[in-house]
Amino acid sequence: MSRRRRWHRAAVQAACVAITLFMGVPIYLIALAALSSRESLNRFPLPLLPTDPSTETMSTFLSSTGVTGGFLNSLTVGLGTVALALLVGVPGGYAVARYAFRGRDTYQLFLLLTRALPIVVLSVPLARVFLDTGLYDTTYAVMLLHTALALPTTVLITAAIFVGVPHEQEEAAMIFGASPPQAFLRVVAPQALPGIAAAAMFAFMLSWNEVLGATVLTLNQRTLPAQVLTTLADSPLAYRFAGGLALVLPALVFIAVMRRYLLNMWGTTLR
Amino acid sequence: MRRGRARVPAAVLLIAPSLVVMTALFAWPLVVGVGQAFSGPDGPTLAYARRMLDDPYFWPAVRNTALLVVVLIPIQFAFALTMALLLRERPRFAGAHFYVWVVPLAISDLAAGLVWLSVFADRGYLNSVLEHVGAGGYAWLSYENTTTMFLAVVVAELWRSTSLVLVIVVAGLQGVPKDYDEAASVFGATYWQRLRHVVLPQLRPSLQVALILRTILALETFAVAQALTGRSLPLLVGETYQWYNVLQNPNVATAIALVVLAVSMLAAVGYLRLLRDRTVTR
Repeated sequence: MSRRRRWHRAAVQAACVAITLFMGVPIYLIALAALSSRESLNRFPLPLLPTDPSTETMSTFLSSTGVTGGFLNSLTVGLGTVALALLVGVPGGYAVARYAFRGRDTYQLFLLLTRALPIVVLSVPLARVFLDTGLYDTTYAVMLLHTALALPTTVLITAAIFVGVPHEQEEAAMIFGASPPQAFLRVVAPQALPGIAAAAMFAFMLSWNEVLGATVLTLNQRTLPAQVLTTLADSPLAYRFAGGLALVLPALVFIAVMRRYLLNMWGTTLR
Repeated sequence: MRRGRARVPAAVLLIAPSLVVMTALFAWPLVVGVGQAFSGPDGPTLAYARRMLDDPYFWPAVRNTALLVVVLIPIQFAFALTMALLLRERPRFAGAHFYVWVVPLAISDLAAGLVWLSVFADRGYLNSVLEHVGAGGYAWLSYENTTTMFLAVVVAELWRSTSLVLVIVVAGLQGVPKDYDEAASVFGATYWQRLRHVVLPQLRPSLQVALILRTILALETFAVAQALTGRSLPLLVGETYQWYNVLQNPNVATAIALVVLAVSMLAAVGYLRLLRDRTVTR
C-alpha cells in the first residue's frame, strides 16, 4: 500500500470516528444526566464521567403524576396501532403485490400523497370530529390517528415483502386443493412473517414517538411524550432529562433489532 | 364493481378497508379543517385568518420556519452524503458506525430536544466543558441570544433527522453499479469528477425523494424547538400548538395548520417541477 493510500485510509477512519462521536456523545450525556443524583445535577460544572451514579432522578420521574399512566397509554396506543395498521394494511399490501388491478398506480400515489400531509393539519380538525363522536380524550382517538399515519408505510412495506414470496408456491398450494385464504395462511404468511414483524415494529415506533397529535387529541389520557411535552414548561431540568432518557431508550433497542430491515424499509420501500 | 374480470373484485376487496380508513382519517379532517378555519357562527368568515395574520408571533414564526428549512436542508444533505460516501470506503467497524449514525431514526423530536437541552442548558454539559477548560459559559438558549438559540435547534435537528437522509442515500448507493465508477476511474477521472458525473446523477431519484420528504418534515419542526426554547423561537407548528392548547382557539390553530399544508404542497410540487425540468433539458 502506498503512503498516499494509507493516509487516505487514516483520514476516512478519523472522519468516521468524529461523526460517531457527534452522534453518540449526546446519548451518553443524556444517560449520564438522567442517571445522576439530583444533588450532582445541581453542581456546576457538571461532572463528565459517571462519578456518582444514582437512580434517584429516574425514579422521581417515574413516580411523578401522569408518567406511569402515560407509559401505559403509550403502550396501549402503540399496540392498538400495530393491530389496526396490520389488519387494514396487510390486505392492501398483498393486493398491490399480487394483483394487476386498474387504479393500482393511483392507489399507490394516494398512499404516498397522504404521507405529505402534515400531522398538525389532521389532528386539530380530528379533535373536533372526535369531540362530536365522543372519542375525544380516549386512547382510541390517538390510536386511530396513529393508524392513519402508519397505514401508508405498512401497505408499502408489506407489498415489498409479498413481492418477495414466490407466487408459484401459492398456486401450487391451491392446485393441491387449498382455498386462497388457506394458501395465504399456510404458505405466504409464514414466509412473510419476519417482514410483517418489521412493519409492526415500525408502526409501534411511529406511535411511540408521535407527540403533537397525541397532545391535541387528549386531555387526561396522555401518552408518555404528550405528558412530558405538556408538563415541560413547569418541570425541573432533572425531570426533563429523565424524560429524555425514557424516550430515547426504546429507540436504541428498536434500531438494534431492526438493523437488517432499515435499508429496505426507509431506504427503498418508502420512496 | 366490475364482474367481467375475475381478479378485480378480490383486489378491490383487499384495498377497500385501507381506502375507507384513509378517507375517514385524512380527507374528512381536511374538509372539517377548512370549515373550521373559514367559517364562524354566522357563515363564512376571514376573521380567523385575519387574527392569525395580526398575531405578533405569526410572522416571526414564518420567518424562523423558512430560515430553518433553508439553513438545515443543505447542511443536512451534505452531511448525509459525506457519511454515505465514507461508508462506501469500507472503514473498519463500519457496522458499529452505521448503528450509531442511524439510532436517531427512532428518536422522537421531543426526545432529541431534551437530549440537546442537557448540552445547551445554562448549567448543561457544553458550559461545563467550557468551564473545565477555563473559558466561561454562555447563555446559548437565552431569549436575548436569538442566533445561538436558532443554531441550537439546527444542531439538534441535524443530529436527529440526518439519519433519514442517510438511509435513503445508502440504499440508493447500493443500486449504483460499481462498474460505472470503476470505468470512469480507468479513464482517469478524479474522485470529484466521478462523484459529480457518475455517482450523483444516479443518486438523483433517491435525493429527490429525500429532499421532498425532509423539506415537508422540516416545515413541521416543533417539539425540538419547544424542548430547547419554549416559545422564544416561534415556529409555525409550535404556534398551532399554542393556539390550540394554550389559547384554546382551534379555529386560528387550523388556519395556521392550513398554511403549513399549503407551503408543504408548494414545496413538493416545486421540487418535482425543478427536478423534472432539468431532466428534460438534458
